[in-house]
Amino acid sequence: MSTPTASFGREAASGIARSKNEPAWLVAWRENAGELASKLELPKPEKTPIQRWPLDVYGTDRPGAKVESASQLPEALAKLLPAEAGGALIVQHNSSVVFTHLSEDLKAKGVVLTSLEEAARSHEALLRQHLMTAYTPDEHKLAALHAALWNGGVFLYVPRGVEIEEPVQALLFADDAQATFVPHVLVIAEANSRVTVVENAATAIGEAAAGFVLNGAVEVFAKAGSQVRYAAVHSLETSAIDISYRRAILDQDARIEWIVGELQDGNILSDTRSILKGNGSTSDAKIITVGNGKQRMSLTTGAVHFGLSTESDMITRAVMKEEGTAVINGVTKIEKGATRANGQQTEKVLMLSPKARGDANPILLIDEDDVKAGHAASVGQVNAEQVHYLMSRGISKTQAERLIIYGFLDPVVSEIPLESVREQLQRILERKLG
Amino acid sequence: MSNLFEIKGLKSEIEGKEILKGFDLTIKAGEVHAIMGPNGTGKSTLASSIMGHPKYEVTEGQVFLNGEDVLEMGVDERALAGLFLAMQYPSEITGVTNADFLRSAINARRGEGNEISLIKFVRQMEGKMKELEMNPEFMHRYLNEGFSGGEKKRNEILQMMLLEPKLVILDEIDSGLDIDALKIVAAGVNAMRSEERSFLIITHYQRLLNYIKPDHVHVMMQGRIVRSGGPELAERLEAEGYEWIKEELGIVDETVGQA
Repeated sequence: MSTPTASFGREAASGIARSKNEPAWLVAWRENAGELASKLELPKPEKTPIQRWPLDVYGTDRPGAKVESASQLPEALAKLLPAEAGGALIVQHNSSVVFTHLSEDLKAKGVVLTSLEEAARSHEALLRQHLMTAYTPDEHKLAALHAALWNGGVFLYVPRGVEIEEPVQALLFADDAQATFVPHVLVIAEANSRVTVVENAATAIGEAAAGFVLNGAVEVFAKAGSQVRYAAVHSLETSAIDISYRRAILDQDARIEWIVGELQDGNILSDTRSILKGNGSTSDAKIITVGNGKQRMSLTTGAVHFGLSTESDMITRAVMKEEGTAVINGVTKIEKGATRANGQQTEKVLMLSPKARGDANPILLIDEDDVKAGHAASVGQVNAEQVHYLMSRGISKTQAERLIIYGFLDPVVSEIPLESVREQLQRILERKLG
Repeated sequence: MSNLFEIKGLKSEIEGKEILKGFDLTIKAGEVHAIMGPNGTGKSTLASSIMGHPKYEVTEGQVFLNGEDVLEMGVDERALAGLFLAMQYPSEITGVTNADFLRSAINARRGEGNEISLIKFVRQMEGKMKELEMNPEFMHRYLNEGFSGGEKKRNEILQMMLLEPKLVILDEIDSGLDIDALKIVAAGVNAMRSEERSFLIITHYQRLLNYIKPDHVHVMMQGRIVRSGGPELAERLEAEGYEWIKEELGIVDETVGQA
């Protein structure tokens, strides 16, 4: 069942929140978001007419079946689980979280890992202080809809000074095309803590399904001196649209690393942005994608510098095949007063087909004099000189091109912090690159 | 000794300009030949045309390796037939590690189902890198990316040592090398000399030939060989330069295809 967003508003949002028995504060919060959703316009990403995408669906609440152990998860989901049992794992299946595991050791250190729905009750103060303050409901219609509809979700809290060695894993999975699938990942890393999150989003709704939208968001709050590494691999099917907004707010000397594989087969609107608020904070974003079929994608990376001596680096690499279309934006914004800031960005598109399209738009917005900023953008084909060099050593043309294409993506692939996810990513790449 | 390598009447052009104007050379198995000459006389065009660089178009002639015309082959087939060119400007390829690249090249020779085991490969590669005094880290670095000029040249020699070709062309392998690196590279080449393997060394300078003794030395001007001799020819060139040859042959401009 799907309902046009035109009719979605305060009442609809309120109805869903009440039916799920959400706490009063959240019901009121949802109502406001519903109100906004009925008033706001869609975002207008550069050169991507998303108003023509079938975004006016939001499904119905279809919670997955809760399980007691990871071994009881449905097969399609279990396949995505890492072989190595980690200390922290949370699984969202369709509209709800069905499994959470957190080792006793991490619990004892005060680490919290729960569904966001659960956290709305158990950690109300923290949630109200942070939820959708980096990605605010009033940004645009999709943000408001996300606020009104988010379900399941991940709440990760890392106390001051706690360093988590093993990656915290979040698996977001939908196999019911009717389900509302609006996961929100909220990470709060307290001062001087350190954590790596690996998020894996996938669907098995069938290629024939019509009108499925993942409207997801990630918010990371990295407090003073903390270090957060956030890796995400998205592999939704052709029939699914992926809307993913990712935001990090960095306090003094905090660091975020984004490592993102946008490997969906359907349309993508993704926006990954770091707000370098605190002095000395740093951000490093690496995004890869492979476009094929008739996929359309808008991928934006952004860094907004407020603090002194803040540094950002953004790299996006896209391989475009068949009739895929990608618009890749990099936005470096340096605010007045952010002296000695340094913002660098690179967008590179490798075109493998004459019908594919790739557009790289580096944008520098600088309001301060004493800064460094740089950008490089290129759209090109496989370098004939490189192919010749490899062939001159006996490597066939096909294999040479393959090495070069995989090599083009390697600077990101090799950074994926979890071996099982890296291997999964390799499998997806093999399939998409053919 | 049999003719391992034969170039017959080779003509080649780049962007419509003819550079090689009927080049002939015969190399017997086990021989080392040096081609010397000033800049712009067609030396690198010769190397690139033999290897099949896409920018160069061979318009006439034949190049036989063990009786087979390599010009009829694709670039990869030429390499598999035993041709190796150590390039003057090797490509940098991001994301492809030196080890992955070399293993692919070795496996291309061995064929499917007969791939070299990882352990054996690593042992071989480490061994040869040690001989060339290369930092072991270079194994896992991206191919030639961020390598200095000298490191790239050593990496070319490393490839030669691991791929064990039949005919090796060294295109200006000595440029950009300091004397210590030059000695190491020369030692690598000398270690590869054998009755079955031949070398064609292209260089400006006699310096390299102090360390790799050639059997024959040829001088190239205007896209062809104008003078051939033994090692003493290289020594005379080093001492007296190229002017005397130009005078003897009545050549005013030795270059070819220069705009």
